[in-house]
Amino acid sequence: MLRYLRLLGVQFRASAAIAVQYRVEFLVRAGLALFWTGWTLVPLLVVYGARTAVAGWSFDEALVVVGWFTLLKGVLEGAVNPSLTAVVEHIRKGTLDFVLLKPADAQFLVSTAKFEPARVADLAGAAAVFAVAFHRMGRAPTPEGLLLAAVLLACAVAILYSLWILVISAAFVVVKVDNLSFLFVSIYDAARWPADVFRGGLRFVFTFVVPLAVMTTFPAEALLGRLGPARAALIAAGALAFSVLARVVWLRSIARYTSASS
Amino acid sequence: MRRTLKALPTLLEVGFAEAVAYRAEFLVWLLSTNMPLVMLALWTAVARDAPVGRFGQRDFVAYFLAALVVRMMTGAWVIWELNFEIREGTLALRLLRPIHPLVAYAAENLAALPLRALVTLPVAVGALLVVGRERVTHDPLLLALFPVTVAGAWLITFLAMAIIGSLAFRLEQAGSVFEVWLGLFGVFSGYLVPLELFPRWVETLARALPFRYMLAFPVELVIGMTPRARALAELGIQWGFVALLGLGASAAWRLGLRRFSAVGG
Repeated sequence: MLRYLRLLGVQFRASAAIAVQYRVEFLVRAGLALFWTGWTLVPLLVVYGARTAVAGWSFDEALVVVGWFTLLKGVLEGAVNPSLTAVVEHIRKGTLDFVLLKPADAQFLVSTAKFEPARVADLAGAAAVFAVAFHRMGRAPTPEGLLLAAVLLACAVAILYSLWILVISAAFVVVKVDNLSFLFVSIYDAARWPADVFRGGLRFVFTFVVPLAVMTTFPAEALLGRLGPARAALIAAGALAFSVLARVVWLRSIARYTSASS
Repeated sequence: MRRTLKALPTLLEVGFAEAVAYRAEFLVWLLSTNMPLVMLALWTAVARDAPVGRFGQRDFVAYFLAALVVRMMTGAWVIWELNFEIREGTLALRLLRPIHPLVAYAAENLAALPLRALVTLPVAVGALLVVGRERVTHDPLLLALFPVTVAGAWLITFLAMAIIGSLAFRLEQAGSVFEVWLGLFGVFSGYLVPLELFPRWVETLARALPFRYMLAFPVELVIGMTPRARALAELGIQWGFVALLGLGASAAWRLGLRRFSAVGG
């Protein structure tokens, strides 16, 4: 366990070194991340310019959802996306062999291969959005709410990561999946709206197939103190089951991997 | 010029074959154009009790389905190719051919249109069934002009991508510039929010920018929200932007090319 923590530290330092080396790029990316955070608020402002509440969500409450959206987008594009894009490249070129030969768990190695430190800007953006939302409501989240939200954040990251592992596992079969990642990012965009807005088929898809509701709406509800512990436990169980599934699928696909070279 | 025209059918054929060969990838790209459906769901939820401005629930449905159709028919991806080929140096191969690379790119992008139409047509027919015949413009002239506006929208999209892609000759960060462009597009083209629902000054600003003519203009025209006189005036503006960006693209290309040197062989 300690060994893996140390490995994680090494991988982190390598990414940080690259970021320090390309300073302009770091600044451009961080600036862009902030630009997007501000820019995604535009439709929200227009919607709430016309209405005071949509599907039971007031402006301030919807802001909390946007905060979670920004936070998870930062996690997705800062910690999950870069490494896993690199794996697809490894699979295509056959260089995954070198990773598999190393004396550590392959899933751990490929998932921590690359970080993008510039995405810290997203976390700052999310914090600012949360601060504005709770300031406008004139109250702070309760300690229980915070605790539940933290648990749900862990669940959301686990689900996000598991979804990616499933996509990568598909790469062993169909090789070209970089556009699948593009598709996922485009779907994830819907998560900036409270899931209650969607009805019928979309609602079903966003709760069970691509669980966007679990990623942003439920944590927001927890932070607002509207989510009971029973429902949170249910979500946690679902996230755990999903993670186990992803791990099993990964182990099976890696067993089927035949190098692309020679 | 004559040589280019003679090569064009072959180029289109090759592009079409390519699109058919990578059909799975093609489908994924099309599926990622799902934003109008999300915005449709959102705005119909907002308009459930009362209309927003001129827009009732059914107007939003008509608007965003039309937006989906226009967006699917005006897809271009030349910027990614250009970026990649400039950085890898494979552009050198294109430069050797006796045809302007931008024309070749345009042919490749256009060649995918029949396949795109195949997917778009059911959407369009479905949209017509859902929203009803009365949500489509009654003006036969405007209806006939709709394909022209879509062609103009595609040209603006393609030429803007070519200009930003040409920046890759000089900049490392052409991708970031395009990201900003996409952000501006999202707001000022009416992709996320019909432009009428913005404050007045944003709407006025949007009329002076090219984004509106890439999406909102054809959409509003086909769902009958623009009277004939204004539609004709806007058509003029749209093609003015096409001419302007065409000049810009050819200049950016020529300026950029001077800096190009392929590495390796």
